[in-house]
Amino acid sequence: MARVLDMPIGAVMVIGGGIGGIQASLDLASLGFKVYLVEKGPQIGGKMAQLDKTFPTMDCSL
Amino acid sequence: MADAGRHPNIRILTNTEVVDIEGRPGAFTVTLQKHPRFVEEDLCTGCRTCQSFCPVLMPNPFDEGLGEARAISVWCPQAVPAVAYVDRERCLHFQGKCGICLTVCKNNAVNFQQKRKRGKVNVGAIVITAGYEVFKPLKGPYGYGEFKNVVTSIEYERITNSTGPTGGEILRRSDYRVPHKIAWIQCVGSRDLKFGRSYCSAFCCTYAIKQALVTKDHHPDIETVIFHNDIRTFGKGFEDLFNRALSRGVRFVRSRPPLLRENPENGNIIVSYVAQDRLIREEFDMVVLSVGVVPAPGNRDLGRILGLEVNEHGFFEIHPFYPLEGADGKGIYVGGNSVFPMDIPDTICSSGAAAATAAELLASQRGSLAVKKQYPPERSVEGEEPRIGVFVCHCGTNIAGVVDVREVVQYVKGLKDVVYAENQLISCSNEGLRRITNLIRERGLNRVVVAACTPRTHEQIFREALREAGLNPYLLEMVNIREHCSWVHSMDKKEATEKAKELLRMAVSRARDLAPLKEPSLKVNPRALVLGGGLAGMTASLSLARQGFEVYLVERERELGGNLRHLHYTLEGGDPQKLLQKLRQRVEDEERIRLYLGYELLDFSGYVGNFKSVLVPVGGDGDQVEIEHGALIIATGGKPLEPSEYHYGESERVLTQLELERMMATTGIPEGIRTVVMIQCVESRNEKRPYCSRICCGEAVKNGLKLKETRPDLKVVVLYRDMRTYGFFEDYYRKAREKGVLFLPYDPERKPEVELEGDGFKVRWWVPTLGQDFELVADLLVLSVPVVPDGNRELAQRLGLPSTREGFFMEAHPKLRPVDFGTDGIFLCGMAHYPKYISETIAQAKTAALRAAVLLSQEEIRGSGAVCEVIEGLCIGCGACIEACTYGAIRLIEVKGGKKAQVNPVICRGDGLCSARCPTGAIRLNHFTDEQIMDQVDALFEA
Repeated sequence: MARVLDMPIGAVMVIGGGIGGIQASLDLASLGFKVYLVEKGPQIGGKMAQLDKTFPTMDCSL
Repeated sequence: MADAGRHPNIRILTNTEVVDIEGRPGAFTVTLQKHPRFVEEDLCTGCRTCQSFCPVLMPNPFDEGLGEARAISVWCPQAVPAVAYVDRERCLHFQGKCGICLTVCKNNAVNFQQKRKRGKVNVGAIVITAGYEVFKPLKGPYGYGEFKNVVTSIEYERITNSTGPTGGEILRRSDYRVPHKIAWIQCVGSRDLKFGRSYCSAFCCTYAIKQALVTKDHHPDIETVIFHNDIRTFGKGFEDLFNRALSRGVRFVRSRPPLLRENPENGNIIVSYVAQDRLIREEFDMVVLSVGVVPAPGNRDLGRILGLEVNEHGFFEIHPFYPLEGADGKGIYVGGNSVFPMDIPDTICSSGAAAATAAELLASQRGSLAVKKQYPPERSVEGEEPRIGVFVCHCGTNIAGVVDVREVVQYVKGLKDVVYAENQLISCSNEGLRRITNLIRERGLNRVVVAACTPRTHEQIFREALREAGLNPYLLEMVNIREHCSWVHSMDKKEATEKAKELLRMAVSRARDLAPLKEPSLKVNPRALVLGGGLAGMTASLSLARQGFEVYLVERERELGGNLRHLHYTLEGGDPQKLLQKLRQRVEDEERIRLYLGYELLDFSGYVGNFKSVLVPVGGDGDQVEIEHGALIIATGGKPLEPSEYHYGESERVLTQLELERMMATTGIPEGIRTVVMIQCVESRNEKRPYCSRICCGEAVKNGLKLKETRPDLKVVVLYRDMRTYGFFEDYYRKAREKGVLFLPYDPERKPEVELEGDGFKVRWWVPTLGQDFELVADLLVLSVPVVPDGNRELAQRLGLPSTREGFFMEAHPKLRPVDFGTDGIFLCGMAHYPKYISETIAQAKTAALRAAVLLSQEEIRGSGAVCEVIEGLCIGCGACIEACTYGAIRLIEVKGGKKAQVNPVICRGDGLCSARCPTGAIRLNHFTDEQIMDQVDALFEA
């Protein structure tokens, strides 16, 4: 039983729901970790969601 | 964003902050505090009905306050989660006056009783990507907040955005007129001790140029002027952007206007600046302040709670070789703008590195808490007559406000084979989806048509509803009556409704022909091959090994290390030689890494999850090695250019920066040398090599500081075009100036000329800021040469991968997928991608390892059912399809009747190019068959 308690927990908390946090969450979740994505605002997306186009592909950002 | 919202293993906690932590790495208990949004997340469907009734107008925070929002609203069209939010400060209910939203919400989702809640979450590791804030130049010389036509760059971003406050029309704020002349002022709140911000924000130069070009796209006649310090377009492809701006007439002025004034008559802004010793006043219709990065205000509190240091700028303090060093076993990892000002691709790499390090720590528990969805067994529809169910979504008022949804449903009910039709308030809400699943079962539906928004974002969601009812997901057809009807024809309700009917008639017709499809699956070999044993290759290999995967690491030379072997110092004070020793030791000790020193790649074949490579000893002596692997990481590096200018090779007193570094670390600077002159951008940023090598300015500053430290009497002069010491490197540039290193600009049109004179040199050049010729006598000449690709082209050809004009490998998407290739299963990192610093190489290599691990951790990968299939009897084996395929999904195989094409369904993307090319019609694109498309087209003309 003590061994089980010593085992790490297969979950990760990601603090910040901008583009970096979203991509990190997606990769960790796809790897098989449970992810808690913690965002202080009412929606995720961060600054990038506000951008019009990004260089050089000039496509819309998200 | 939507992917994160849908992933079964991601729980998004909004309005939430960390208040406490206990435990240890691997097993933390984090206390979270969730602030009320006054809307129940599991009841709100995001229909925005509340928003359309709310009487309170307020500045829209998503539009930086330029546009208007309601006190209860969903901030932007693509919001995740799509849940309304109440602004407590502005909402009238809290002043005892209103409550309309309570009554109009059909789901009773509005809840003003919601309280602040605390809860605990158990996690093994924490990744911090808390981002940044945009600098607000509230009080200052630029009149921001006072002059209406002075806006910040993030506000301008919203002004040019089609979902922004002006609908994408560039209008100035004083009179809503299209401006004729716009100025950008760089470094507002960056590189400016007045504002207490000494660092460079790293990406403002690039976004200002982008904004000027976007402006030209909107209105080619608008005059655009950028006032700048140095132009710092150091990222991959950014110098191209700069050159494009020059050729499109964007004017660049190297001057920092000290203040702005407003012309009271017309609201124009008067910019005063000094250029070549003259004071100039120029009037603009509008001025954009290129505001920089401010560390997230919560960093200090978060640092205190989690026990992390914050540096003097307010960012999290990290080791120069983080997270290779200074992160071991900590369990809390930091990335992105939480540690350094950086642009999108660097943020993705830096955050990815933090995530990869967490994945290493928790490797043994991978999958232990992950959810796998279970579905009921699929029922066969073979031999059944079509029984079509149609669901028409209101999308709140988004569709129903324009399209007469009830009329559409009545119309659809009269179509052949439609056995059920209904309208739904929000089809993609949990309730809507449940109804679809239940009705499929109850009514025995075997085809489903959903008329709502775009399949791009919602097809997977509705396919799930079919799966849960035991129906094959390919029996779904979607019609986009939002974008294609209600949005584009919002002014003509009748026509929009008619068009919706026609689209539905076509969809029902196509649905009749839909057939169940099987999604192909492939086993994945969980081993990786890493090409290149420099810093990038070693870092990626170690990360993968620590995550439990076996790695074959191949290095052409007989020893590990690559370019790292030649580095002795870094700007931030790390010791690269120590790092090298440690890494070598770790790689050699790691039993999951199999080393092939002195080998190179001879042959490469296969596809994602199942590659086969043949290695051969360099020089060809010895046995070939055959390796099977699921992923490939390219980390083959770059090399410094051997210069052909400035008497390099003629005099031993002409060195490259790397050679100077070695000299300082070994023999020291010879006595008798008094003056060292460095020349930047040697043979780069020119016609032949039109890119910036990114690291040379930092190298010059580093070596300049080192020279001054060991020999304070030395005179050190750096001749430059733009000093590109971005981020905190700017602090070292300032320090170098303080220590007496002299930085003098030159003009690329009138490059410095160097003459040999005895043991030394005479250097002559023209200083553009002074408009004067200068002459110097130097004893040592140091050339900042670019990093050039090292054999990438041949490798790219062998692997069938794209490379840039300069010969660096080309990633799948320069912003969002900086380490992937378009070809699945192959990843990229280090200087094979582009020149970069040690810290950046480490970040990118870890991210490449993370992306590879995502693939390698899957036992099998599933493809789409909507892919191409060869009808063998019709195939004549001509190979035309193979040429048409851009993914290498088709090959010819020998069968009894001769050669026949065969499609690998996992690699095929279903673009149908082969199908169109096939001379005998032997390739069918499933889900988009000729029959399905023709029936759909015929239905359009039936009426």
